[in-house]
Amino acid sequence: MPTDSQLLGHRPRYVEKSIELFIRSSGFIVIGSLVLIFVFVAKEALPLLTSSTVHEEVTIPSMLLPRTDNTESLPPDPTLGQKMDAWFPWQPVSTKPKYSLLPLVIGTLKVTFVALLIAIPIAIAAAIFTSEFAPQGVREFIKPAVEILAGIPSVVVGFFALMVLATFLQDTFGLLMRLNAITAGVALSLAVIPIVYTVAEDALSAVPQTFRDGSHALGANRWQTAWRVAMPAAMPGVFAACVLGAGRAIGETMIVLMSSGNAATCSFDPTESFRTFSATIAAELGDAPHGSPHYHVLFFIGAFLFIITFVLNMIGHWYVARVRDRLAGKAKRKMTDPTPEAVPELEG
Amino acid sequence: MTRWIKIIAAFFTSLTGLACFLILLILGVIVGDILVHGWPHLSWEFVSTAPSADLAHGGIFPAIFGTVALVLIMTILVVPLGVAAAVYLHEYARQDSKLVHLVRLALQNLAGVPAIVFGLFGLGLFVRFCGGSIDDLLFGGKLTIGQPCILWAASTLAVLTLPTVVVATEEALRAVPRNYREAAYAMGATRWQVVRYVVLPQSVSGILTGGILAISRGTGDVAPILFTGAAYYLAHLPTKLNDQFMTLGYHTYVLTTQSPDVEATKPVLYSTALVLLVLTFALNFAAVLIRSKIRRKLRQT
Repeated sequence: MPTDSQLLGHRPRYVEKSIELFIRSSGFIVIGSLVLIFVFVAKEALPLLTSSTVHEEVTIPSMLLPRTDNTESLPPDPTLGQKMDAWFPWQPVSTKPKYSLLPLVIGTLKVTFVALLIAIPIAIAAAIFTSEFAPQGVREFIKPAVEILAGIPSVVVGFFALMVLATFLQDTFGLLMRLNAITAGVALSLAVIPIVYTVAEDALSAVPQTFRDGSHALGANRWQTAWRVAMPAAMPGVFAACVLGAGRAIGETMIVLMSSGNAATCSFDPTESFRTFSATIAAELGDAPHGSPHYHVLFFIGAFLFIITFVLNMIGHWYVARVRDRLAGKAKRKMTDPTPEAVPELEG
Repeated sequence: MTRWIKIIAAFFTSLTGLACFLILLILGVIVGDILVHGWPHLSWEFVSTAPSADLAHGGIFPAIFGTVALVLIMTILVVPLGVAAAVYLHEYARQDSKLVHLVRLALQNLAGVPAIVFGLFGLGLFVRFCGGSIDDLLFGGKLTIGQPCILWAASTLAVLTLPTVVVATEEALRAVPRNYREAAYAMGATRWQVVRYVVLPQSVSGILTGGILAISRGTGDVAPILFTGAAYYLAHLPTKLNDQFMTLGYHTYVLTTQSPDVEATKPVLYSTALVLLVLTFALNFAAVLIRSKIRRKLRQT
């Protein structure tokens, strides 16, 4: 218990004042951190637009457009895939460095697609089960389990994918390459499931019980209530879960770095190796000399990743807020609006 | 007709149950595999000695030491700031103000920034800008702290884990009953006195949860420290703030991907992953327990 002298403020006033100043400024520090992240990543990416020494090696158009100076390595009768790889090469450490972003775009999309294809159905089904069907005891077991799954460090998931999952999937499906978008996608889905599950489950739990009671009263069974009443009511939240999951999948680094094979090719085939934006930064920045064009290109990719995930986050949280307002609004109106017919009846 | 409706309902209901079971199964398989393969090699010697230079033999003591030192510095940096931000949001600011809305938005987005972008940010802001400026001003341009080191890696992780601490602390602040505050105000306490002597002592467990979750995240994350101070192999332990360091997460990554002979390093690798997993699980489990206690309190008020 605080003594009287403590409560009466015998400590010098300025200590209290400076702590309060720290508390009041902490809000600005939070906003400042986010701004600084973008500023300092973008700052190192800027020379790509402005510096003429960097432009000798790489420009924005050269990163996006097909190259015609890279065709001598092609075999006499090239397939479309070989032509694509020659037109869009990512070869940052060759004698004539080439920085086409297309292979990285394809790689990122490929693995994100596979991961979401696996994670979204599982996570949403599990969220429906937890909020609609599971008895209280089971619920209190599943939710911490998902949190524990989220707590597995991504480097351990990557390690597991590389050592166990890759061999298992290769033997089961007879895949040609050990490290491919299916292996990495399955591993990545382990990182995506917890976030999709958590957001979707929150949205479903926010649906007022009165909705379900009404549905049951009309003779619907529990599945019909879950699918036709609770799900539509929670839909913006479920959509937000998918968007936030996509953001997580695009940004995740260690899992894809360890299980993607890191081959920068333009193949859409999920059974082939690939390379993503995030893994490229992680793999190459250590060897890129400070201030070199390669260094600036990697920061450019980082700024790009920041913007993509920022936009996805904004969309996701906007929908989360929407489902909260919508359900809260409906519930509140039901409770506060007195039914006009009921009042005279009471009086009478 | 009604029979079909029942069958369809039962089918889909069991499908959702299956999804839950699948998640638990995956969790079990990962933990089981690492436990079975990592356990035999685990010994006191393994966690207390240094690795050999080729990493295939010896222990992981420097990695454990580095991890503990890293998260310790990170905790010292992030907890005061995170608690201050939560107190600001919940006790000081007007809830409908534009600034509060912006701070919450920033926190949500901060939590969504990819870990590798934090690595770039740490390199750009802390190592190059802060470290470089300090070197120029205090050490006459001599390379002292303007290099990847444990202080900058911990700072990067502190920014990364800031949302975790704020969210957990705010949840605990919300659990403090309103009439406690009102009673304190009625006795003439200032806002700071209410926070210091009434609200914060009541929310210690929430602050603890936030700290533990942040430590758990910081223990395992590798991408943010790749360029801000983690080292492949070090002959001596970090003793100064500008030393490089080894961590369990980075060591797992190095052993998995850079080893010339995977079969020879496999026992060491599995045991390292097991130690890392046990550490993060123990931390997460503690956080889950404390938080469920807070939630129960929150429901009662």
